[in-house]
Amino acid sequence: MTVAMKPAEPAGSVEVAAGEDGAPAGGQQAMPEVTFDRHPDAYRHWRLRVDGTVAWLEMDVDENGGLVPGYELKLNSYDLGVDIELYDAIQRLRFEYPGVRSVVVTSAKENVFCAGANIRMLAGSPHAWKVNFCKFTNETRNSMEDATENSGQTYLAGVNGVCAGGGYELALACEEIMLIDDNSSTVGLPEVPLLGVLPGTGGLTRVVDKRRVRKDRADVFATRSDGIKGKTAVEWNLVDELAPRRDFTERLRQRALEVAENSSRPADARGIELTPLEREATAEGITYRYVDARFDRAAGTVDITVRGPGEPAPQRVSEVHEQGARNWLLAVTRELDDLILRLRTNELELGTWLIRTQGDAEAVAAHEKVVLDGAVEDWLCNEIVLYYKRTLKRLDVTSRSLISLIEPGSCFTGVLFELMLASDLQYMLDGPPIADEDSDERAAVMLTEANFGVLPMSNGISRLESRFYREDDHVDWLRREAGRAISASEAAELELVTDAPDDIDWEDEVRIVVEGRAALSPDALTGMEANHRFVGPETMETKIFGRLTAWQNWIFNRPNASGEEGALRRYGTGKRAAFDRKRV
Amino acid sequence: MGTKVDYDSKIPNNVDLSSDRRLQRALEGWQPRFMDWWAEMGPALETQGVYLRTAVSVGRDGWAHFDHVIPHEYRWGIFLTEHDADRRIAFGQHAGEPVWQQVPGEYRADLQRLIVIQGDTEPASVEQQKLLGLTAPSLYDLRNLFQVNVEEGRHLWAMVYLLHAYFGKEGREEAEALLYRNSGSPDQPRILGAFNEETADWLAFYMFTYFTDRDGKYQLGTLKESAFDPLSRTCEFMLKEEAHHMFVGTTGVDRVVQRSAELIREHDTTDIAGFGGIPLEIIQRYINFHYSVSLDLFGGETSTNAANYYTAGLKGRWQEERRKDDHQLTEDSMLLDVPQPDGTWSQEEVQSLLALNLDLREEYISDCQNGLKRWNKILADHDIDFRFALPHPGFNRDVGINAGYHITPEGTIVDEGTWEANRKKWLPSSEDLAFVRSLMQPVYERGKIASWVAPPRHGINGKPFDYEYVYLP
Repeated sequence: MTVAMKPAEPAGSVEVAAGEDGAPAGGQQAMPEVTFDRHPDAYRHWRLRVDGTVAWLEMDVDENGGLVPGYELKLNSYDLGVDIELYDAIQRLRFEYPGVRSVVVTSAKENVFCAGANIRMLAGSPHAWKVNFCKFTNETRNSMEDATENSGQTYLAGVNGVCAGGGYELALACEEIMLIDDNSSTVGLPEVPLLGVLPGTGGLTRVVDKRRVRKDRADVFATRSDGIKGKTAVEWNLVDELAPRRDFTERLRQRALEVAENSSRPADARGIELTPLEREATAEGITYRYVDARFDRAAGTVDITVRGPGEPAPQRVSEVHEQGARNWLLAVTRELDDLILRLRTNELELGTWLIRTQGDAEAVAAHEKVVLDGAVEDWLCNEIVLYYKRTLKRLDVTSRSLISLIEPGSCFTGVLFELMLASDLQYMLDGPPIADEDSDERAAVMLTEANFGVLPMSNGISRLESRFYREDDHVDWLRREAGRAISASEAAELELVTDAPDDIDWEDEVRIVVEGRAALSPDALTGMEANHRFVGPETMETKIFGRLTAWQNWIFNRPNASGEEGALRRYGTGKRAAFDRKRV
Repeated sequence: MGTKVDYDSKIPNNVDLSSDRRLQRALEGWQPRFMDWWAEMGPALETQGVYLRTAVSVGRDGWAHFDHVIPHEYRWGIFLTEHDADRRIAFGQHAGEPVWQQVPGEYRADLQRLIVIQGDTEPASVEQQKLLGLTAPSLYDLRNLFQVNVEEGRHLWAMVYLLHAYFGKEGREEAEALLYRNSGSPDQPRILGAFNEETADWLAFYMFTYFTDRDGKYQLGTLKESAFDPLSRTCEFMLKEEAHHMFVGTTGVDRVVQRSAELIREHDTTDIAGFGGIPLEIIQRYINFHYSVSLDLFGGETSTNAANYYTAGLKGRWQEERRKDDHQLTEDSMLLDVPQPDGTWSQEEVQSLLALNLDLREEYISDCQNGLKRWNKILADHDIDFRFALPHPGFNRDVGINAGYHITPEGTIVDEGTWEANRKKWLPSSEDLAFVRSLMQPVYERGKIASWVAPPRHGINGKPFDYEYVYLP
């Protein structure tokens, strides 16, 4: 890139985020194809340092390192590229550094922690890009909380300077926040007053839900552009403690060590390397070792096939460790994760995902058993289960129609059964394979322990409990059916599938479902599916994805933010927003 | 409560302090802390009286009230220029509307921030100059130092007045914080980087009052245009005092150059270090340093903050009302020289609204040139060929588009090796600083002056140079 180098303004002049380089981005540009492959050796925006039980994640955003041309990432403001590196670091800490018990998120830049998402990037991005970016950011923040809660890796924020908007949201995703006590550094959520949008990556929700800030204080906090510092920030519980500038790093280190004391992580464990994914991506599709995706652009569909294990299951936990990244469940998880992210970001018009599995159902059960059983005692098995859980959650919040097709030769068992449950619709072939009507082979599915609570959705309950919400008897009945092959007609009776057409009707039925889907409004579908998927209780996560994000995406589309005279578009031009004053 | 305080005699003011209970309450809390701050962070040298000017009213006579005063008994006053009932907003989206006598809710945070940043610089320079009194070259200079210091203290008061009078509880908290941040403090430093460097010697003091206080003049000039009338009137009055600080700087450097020129002629060599003078190259390096650091105070060349402040009417341009344009600036543009990684310069067109910092900096630079002309005329009058020059605006910069590049005083973009190899030629070296420091021996005898600086042509308020400007214990 040939953008001139530009530094941060002095700490005295606080910008919410970067972007002071002339006129706003004009038309909306074609967005680049995004890859999620990263490695700490080549981070541009973060420094990852492991010191015994404490890892340091220092944000040091390269101003000229934006994923898309047209903006500069000043003052540690971020775009998708910065967050992809953060995600990579979090994942590697979990798998490659099992000895790490606390993770300090801080900034390598003096007087600046993080100024939040880059506003010029947001203002110049198409709506879909903004939404995808925020979704990924939300998922990454959630994964930090997941690590704190379930992995024994507690995240601490060391706010060593200006901390605004998404910067404070990043800190909010940590278990504790330490703020530098220099009488000028503040934490703030200036989105409403400055940009006419919301702190939409968890900010509003976490302030009241997680940190229990009183709603009137939260209101004051979120409507002032200059943030809150020092004692008031502690009093309002916006941060946990203050530390003087001189020994800020030392205090942070001490606190990280104290927190590390309480971790369950083994002291002497050896990590496994997250080796680069084997992936072949072409215009027609993406092929991994166990996962394959074929694009049908005319139909707007992706045929996704997840293959069962090709090798015998590990007999004991130590073998899982020996396999490392080659372990089937871990490999499938990584491949699915990558595929979901790439399709979501790069293939906006492929609106229906048809999910199939292929392989030996018993082998899937054997593979998952050793990992699920081991998860209680073993850190790696635990991580694999947690990672699969997060990947399913990613699927849950994906704005695509998900349809499972269960055919002979498939292996929707246990962990893979969850793919069915995550789908909006499930069709199961009740008859021989279409290509071989003389065959005795029939489709079957199998419930296992994996389907009864170890892989909760963001609403805190399992997909089965969500499917049969407040029908405990039905769930109990299903529990009794676990561990055996369930045929198509039984699956229909147990209400596990939408329909079970026979081999004569199958192709037509499926075609009509898919074609019918393609004719509906994509926006209405996204909204409808999101409403249907999350049954039952609310959690912080469901509120973030369901309420905060939905409002944010509405606001993003409103003229008061995104119109020619809207606050988001006007930000950085020196002109003030002109609002339509009607409350809607 | 105890005896009633006579506010008007204790704190000279034209803001009706004696009947403003809110302001009284605020100042009662703040003033003792200010006195503590002055005792701890103010001038280290003890005196029994300094011949100081105290502003007692805004009229011509009241402004020039001279007497010997013990610095901590100085009567820091609160003055705004006279109220102009017809004043209207001159720029931005509210242009033409009457100016505001109260803070509009929507601009509260921005105005508070502007005032806090301005206020933070005022006491900072007092802190930076804390030790200078111990090495003053004459009683006249010592007096000027105290005058500058008490006036910076008064400027702090002026900003604190605004915070107290218009920003409620938060304003009071911010006013206190102005005293808790300290220049160079490892825990709570001043907000802007340039105000955390010690002013190490008197040549640096003259340079600071010439270059850095001049930045203050231009910042105050933009706030003087503010639609928030109390801020405007406060800054207008402060500008009068700021002019004196720059006088100290201009004539201070004059006198150093004058002395060096005399020594060069007297000994017929430019190598005057051995004769107690400051070589011209060292003076040039001081210029290079103080000028480039002061340019950083203008912020990035393009700034959305400045643009927002302008559109909102909070901060105008230098001499806004004399300018002949639409005072909206959305249609005009300016050219900006941008360094390129390949070592060349390119020009970029920037919308004027976004280039307000650049606009102000240009005004400042042309003002700085006047000093250079004066000092070069002194050299010419002594038949010396050497000429001082301002370095290129990209030289030695930490802020703005030039930061991260190595740019010579002539404006050539060079690599790090070249920069390091020439650094001693362009910026004061530790040897330079040590040498200048070695000259800093106090001269407290009436009518006497140090070897490295010429006496002033005139004394203060018509008094001769050998007047006892400062009573020392």
